[in-house]
Amino acid sequence: MPAEDKYAYPPADERTYVGRRMGRVDGTAKSTGHAKYTYDYNAKGLLYGAFVRSPYAHARIKNINTSEAEKMSGVKAVEIVQKPGSEIYWAGDEVVAIAAVDEPTVRDAVRAVKVDYEQLPHLVIDSEEPPHNIPPDTSPLGLDDLEDMARNQVPTAQMVKEINERGITFKPEEAPLDRMPADIAKAVKSAKQKPAEKKPPAWYKPAAAETQGDADAAFQAPEVVISEGLYGLPVITHCCLETHGAVCEWTDSDHLLTHVSTQYISGIPGQMAEVVGIPAANIRQVQENIGGGFGSKFGPDRWGIYSAKLSKKAGGAPVKMMLSRAEELEVAGCRPSAYARVRVAAKKDGKLTAWDSFGWGTGGPGGGGSPPIPYLIRDRVPNYRIQWTAVVNNIGPARAWRAPNHPQACLITMAALDDLAHKLGMNPLEFFKKNIELTGPRANIYMDEFPVADELMGWSKRWHPRGDKTPGPIKRGLGMSMHTWGGRGHQSECDLTIQPDGSVTIKMGTQDLGTGTRTAILAVAADTLGLTPQQITLLYGDTRYPMSGGSGGSTTIGGVSSATRRASVDARDALFLKVAPVLGSTPEQLEVVKGQVRVKGQASKALSWKEACAKMGAVPINAHGKNLGGRDPLMNSGVGGVQMADVSVDTEAGIVKINKMVAVQDCGLVVSLETAESQCYGALIMGISYALFEEKVMDPTSGRMLNPNMEFYRLAGIGDIGELVVHMMVNKYDGRGVIGLGEPPVISPGAAISNAVANAIGVRVPMLPLTPARVLAALGEQKGENA
Amino acid sequence: MIQFEYLSPSSVKQALGLLSPNWGDTEVLAGGTDLLGLMKDFVLTPKRVVNIKHVSGLEAIRSEGDGGARIGALVTLDRIVEAAHIRQNYPALAQTVADAASTQIRNMATIGGNLCQRPRCWYFRNGMGLLPKTPDGKSMVVEGDNRYHAIFGNEGPAYFVSPSTIVPLLIAYGARLRIAGADGERELALEKFFRIPGSDAEREHDLKPNELVTEILLPSAKGVRAANYEVRQKASFDWPLATAAVALRMNGSAVESARIVMGAVAPVPWVSQEAAQAIANKTINEQTASAAGAAAVSKARSLSHNNYKVKLAAVAVKRALLVAVGQTVPDLSTAQRGGGA
Repeated sequence: MPAEDKYAYPPADERTYVGRRMGRVDGTAKSTGHAKYTYDYNAKGLLYGAFVRSPYAHARIKNINTSEAEKMSGVKAVEIVQKPGSEIYWAGDEVVAIAAVDEPTVRDAVRAVKVDYEQLPHLVIDSEEPPHNIPPDTSPLGLDDLEDMARNQVPTAQMVKEINERGITFKPEEAPLDRMPADIAKAVKSAKQKPAEKKPPAWYKPAAAETQGDADAAFQAPEVVISEGLYGLPVITHCCLETHGAVCEWTDSDHLLTHVSTQYISGIPGQMAEVVGIPAANIRQVQENIGGGFGSKFGPDRWGIYSAKLSKKAGGAPVKMMLSRAEELEVAGCRPSAYARVRVAAKKDGKLTAWDSFGWGTGGPGGGGSPPIPYLIRDRVPNYRIQWTAVVNNIGPARAWRAPNHPQACLITMAALDDLAHKLGMNPLEFFKKNIELTGPRANIYMDEFPVADELMGWSKRWHPRGDKTPGPIKRGLGMSMHTWGGRGHQSECDLTIQPDGSVTIKMGTQDLGTGTRTAILAVAADTLGLTPQQITLLYGDTRYPMSGGSGGSTTIGGVSSATRRASVDARDALFLKVAPVLGSTPEQLEVVKGQVRVKGQASKALSWKEACAKMGAVPINAHGKNLGGRDPLMNSGVGGVQMADVSVDTEAGIVKINKMVAVQDCGLVVSLETAESQCYGALIMGISYALFEEKVMDPTSGRMLNPNMEFYRLAGIGDIGELVVHMMVNKYDGRGVIGLGEPPVISPGAAISNAVANAIGVRVPMLPLTPARVLAALGEQKGENA
Repeated sequence: MIQFEYLSPSSVKQALGLLSPNWGDTEVLAGGTDLLGLMKDFVLTPKRVVNIKHVSGLEAIRSEGDGGARIGALVTLDRIVEAAHIRQNYPALAQTVADAASTQIRNMATIGGNLCQRPRCWYFRNGMGLLPKTPDGKSMVVEGDNRYHAIFGNEGPAYFVSPSTIVPLLIAYGARLRIAGADGERELALEKFFRIPGSDAEREHDLKPNELVTEILLPSAKGVRAANYEVRQKASFDWPLATAAVALRMNGSAVESARIVMGAVAPVPWVSQEAAQAIANKTINEQTASAAGAAAVSKARSLSHNNYKVKLAAVAVKRALLVAVGQTVPDLSTAQRGGGA
């Protein structure tokens, strides 16, 4: 048989754990408080670190005086983070780091530092429509510009285009070419070098319009139905329940032990080595559990780096720097906003013909992300014109937020299409089916999922045209949306050891974000070795174990499952080699089933796992599994999901209540069904939160966040989420391999809920979150009141 | 940590002797559910904290012969919910208190502290001041994000809203307060207790810095129909956007007299004579309750971001009236979620 075939997963009916419901292996530890997080590292002699932060949203540091703080008893180390002359781009940015013997002392020391600032003009509001007549910036790109673009997830193709057209102001060798995507590095190397142009600071950075076909003509074509609308959603934060932070200590003069709360354990040493001045090999990162990251915890950040620097200055004592709730919300990550005026056109039969949008949004000082509008259908809409203006402002730094740019693009697109369906007099489900080929390669998946969602929600039975006619102020409605995501597994490696006494150990340097990674690894290994998960010890969360990629982009499950499968198959086959002679058979004829190594089809010719392992002699079997990246048939990319929402709206009070959400989700071969479902439940709750509650509210005068707390930065509570129904498309697409799931189900809730509210009350509420203020304003406008 | 002196007196007299005549020098600690957070955030930086939890005589709920009640200032919210006398004679109060905050907070927070809690205004809580000003002397609230701010009593300089969800109902019931000071005790109607501060040196109530609230006196509520309605975006643990409390004396099916008090709409609990007049001598139904709601907000004046609160306050008044006479109101938290879909 071809060498690769032996790694393929067996069919569903021959699997015990993979694709089935298996309890979360760390559920007990987490629910009883035994699970340890970065916050829980309290070594002897622990020092507490804290930052002096800028109270201004935009300023230049003139002078820093730390002498009072340094004199305070209990203060062990002071480090300047940003020197005089530095420019500050958001309120709360770090200026000085201090470590002291306890929290009250370090807080006092922070207050004792005197910093003089020159205040500069700031902008923190982003919802106002930018002027349409600003010419795109054609000046050559500096290194900072490229960093901003990368941080804002500007698509590679767009970056390459801009580099080619605008040229660069630096020498290619000055750029971190090895850390750039290959296409961008190539473009940088061949780009024209030009002198830097002095540019006045600009709040708006328009990108060149992108077009296909002839949008103007398509809108003027006879017999087309046109819908126009404004849609958008504000900057929100990640609001990790375990705030960002780190504990670092020098175990000797040139070895650093870090506990950074991170989504990328294997990547921490490499990101810290240069700044702390030791080889990456001398840095060990350990993290057992993480309490939420959502895309905001890939780097060591200033708290990781300065806990290490302060520790060094303090003689190596461990320094804990955990952000407060207010710091978490102010500086540890913003999801870019997105707003757009949209025009869409369809033929009377519902076939979409044209899209025209003018959009804008902010990702903070680096400008805005560029959401892939129109979502799902972009390259297949016959005619479009897409304009996007990044708003450069001082609201705080953007970070990847679960499915970067997709929830924004999805809301803007699906709301616009839902409005068009209404104008066409069509049931949105029929409208989406009519245009399904525009979704491209996943069209068949959506078509498979539609009837499942329809059945679970009772859509066809219960859907009514826009505007619930039931008397009384409570109106009920249904809405839907659909989404996709890549999710190919990242690079990941696995060491699996079988000892002669039958015990099995797996070592992987991956992290479990609470997504069920540990459970999934054990499901794969247990299935392959014919054991129970309890018979296998999984060691993880440490850079001493084989590397694994960062848990971002829904890449973990593909990466770790393939590495584990490969290590497990190789170890099992090595065991078969030793055992076959004993059973009077050949290795190819052996199988492992329920703790027995036996000859296929001959139950009498069997050894227990323990007996079989005893035949190994004194030498353990060790297998190293490594996935094959882009050419690995065990994993794949590209999922489809459909969601439906059932809401009630109190039209007098403007309050939206979720009655029920249905999520139907594909992720290729499902590895761990129960934790996969949990991912979807969590995504629905997170989606309900951003649909109804979340907004980073900024004060225009001070440039500060007004709700850096959980009283007014609201998240959904148990009473707010209604009934959640999740259906995984199990055993339907197993042949496609394992695909990531973390991100996709959080993309659609905002759109589905917004559409359901429009269906209930008869009018679109343009912006998320769907607060009473916005719902009442939309209803008032419908009635012709002045808002 | 800013150093402060911590004292724990055992009598009202001792406590009064420890309080400064100037606001800000001393703060009174009872349940601590508000004060400790404000101190941790350096919004309040007292030189002395006077813990009154061990002051005797302030922790009883007493029933009066006529059915009235006296509630000591140190009685926790949880005990009010549990008290048989309150549940029997002031069922709307028991329900409103049970709905306030979370279990953990109700176990600690005192009723006296609830009256004296500081505004939730996000400018105040972020350390920008109770009456925050822009560099050119304008109100930061008026110039900024005032979505949760006042629609009444907002002529300036105060724009925050009175935070208690319990106080409006106590005022509707006609509660009075006993206050102890150096010159002895005084008594005043609860609605007179709250004041709109004119400067940062003033507080939101009539208490002098060296006085203590000792007791809440509730007149008998025999024959009174009362209700409290809160418009909250979240199902629980959420500050309301507008509230209304009503206490009605009925003559047959008609309203003989009404006390209608709105919360979270003004720097003080807002007693609406307009709404009371609108409903006087009328039978309460959807139309008359709506008219009373409209009357309640007829003099409201919204800021740049809080026009919706005018509608919410009217809805709160309307629904409180309907609930008080036993009619059902739309409720998203129950099965009554509309048909339609």
